[in-house]
Amino acid sequence: MANIIGAVTTSHIPAIANAMANKAEETPYWKPFFDGYPPVRKWLNEKKPDVIVLFYNDHGLEFFIDKKPTFAIGVADEYHNSDEGWGIATIPPVTGESELSWHIANSLVEDGFDMTICQEMKVDHGLTVPLSLMWPGNEYGHVKVIPVCINCEQHPMPQPKRCYALGQAIGKAIESFDSDMTVAIFGTGGLSHQLDGEAAGTLNRQFDLECMDKLVDSPEELTTYSNLDLVKIGGAQTVELNMWIAMRGVLRGKVTELHRNYHAPISNTGAGLLLLEHEMPK
Amino acid sequence: MMTANDPTQPVPGTYLFDGKMAKKGYGLNKMCYSFNEQAARDEFNKDPDAYCAKFGLTEAQIKAIHERDIIGLLQQGGSIYYVAKFAGLLKLNMQDIGAIQTGMSLEEFKAMLVKRGSGEA
Repeated sequence: MANIIGAVTTSHIPAIANAMANKAEETPYWKPFFDGYPPVRKWLNEKKPDVIVLFYNDHGLEFFIDKKPTFAIGVADEYHNSDEGWGIATIPPVTGESELSWHIANSLVEDGFDMTICQEMKVDHGLTVPLSLMWPGNEYGHVKVIPVCINCEQHPMPQPKRCYALGQAIGKAIESFDSDMTVAIFGTGGLSHQLDGEAAGTLNRQFDLECMDKLVDSPEELTTYSNLDLVKIGGAQTVELNMWIAMRGVLRGKVTELHRNYHAPISNTGAGLLLLEHEMPK
Repeated sequence: MMTANDPTQPVPGTYLFDGKMAKKGYGLNKMCYSFNEQAARDEFNKDPDAYCAKFGLTEAQIKAIHERDIIGLLQQGGSIYYVAKFAGLLKLNMQDIGAIQTGMSLEEFKAMLVKRGSGEA
């Protein structure tokens, strides 16, 4: 049985990558955001999870709307980043974990989650920014990453309760994997923000803080929201909360909050960071 | 047309990118998706009209492209994630296009975000 040791949630917006590239971490604008990360990095470097299962959404790098998977999972040995249209420098390849990926894919389809299964998958800022944040200098090559991509771009999108159930099914799959490897789960994106329309710039600090509390202690409450509720409460892209909810579904055992940070705004976004420790259910 | 007056849009100031919009904006979004490639960005910059024609954009979409009209692009079926690639080609970031869409100056838009982020507004 593989051991799920904990989880991290983090924002993944491209402006973070730019701030790191421009060495702006210590500027007054960015410092309150980046100051949240050292305890999480320390935990990851001490616990050294073998595998990260990372929930993210693609923003039009790998998937176009010609064929838009609702849920997709990568099963490759390696993943590559690519130009997303802004000419930003790409980052080194991300290492995969094919055997566990296929095990999860098999188990998910058996359980009624009909995944799109990807042997090639370009990974965009939704996946790469969190890795760059956790391992500065892009020193993440040693950790194996399993990308799980959730449609947050085109309605109809999977609802929060379905994303939570997906997480639960992934947890069950990991637990049934015959290995002593250690696994951490990343939920990326969010929290409240809106990029488009006359309502661009919508942010809801109070809601973000409530979400972080509920995510730790009462995640089922978050699954009562619909995606339309999230759009109304926090702005159009608040649906990225679904990746956090999916992450939390994976954690079936005892969850302890070790660290949190919240800062808003970074660019247009409320940025939450959580580090959760997980004890496997007996 | 404000979405506040658009009965098909349930959230004021918001253009939900659903099946109807995805169909309407298919060619526009496909063009913007192509901007992931530098060669495509170069080709667009050389002759925007010819490049728009290649993807079968409608007159209203071409007009919005010409006028850098972000709201117009959304109304014509643009998805913000693809419109962002067009904005990138124009060297505009998310805060720049936030200001454009809300009719604020960049400084006003940033100040509004700071207020909301701190919980003041």
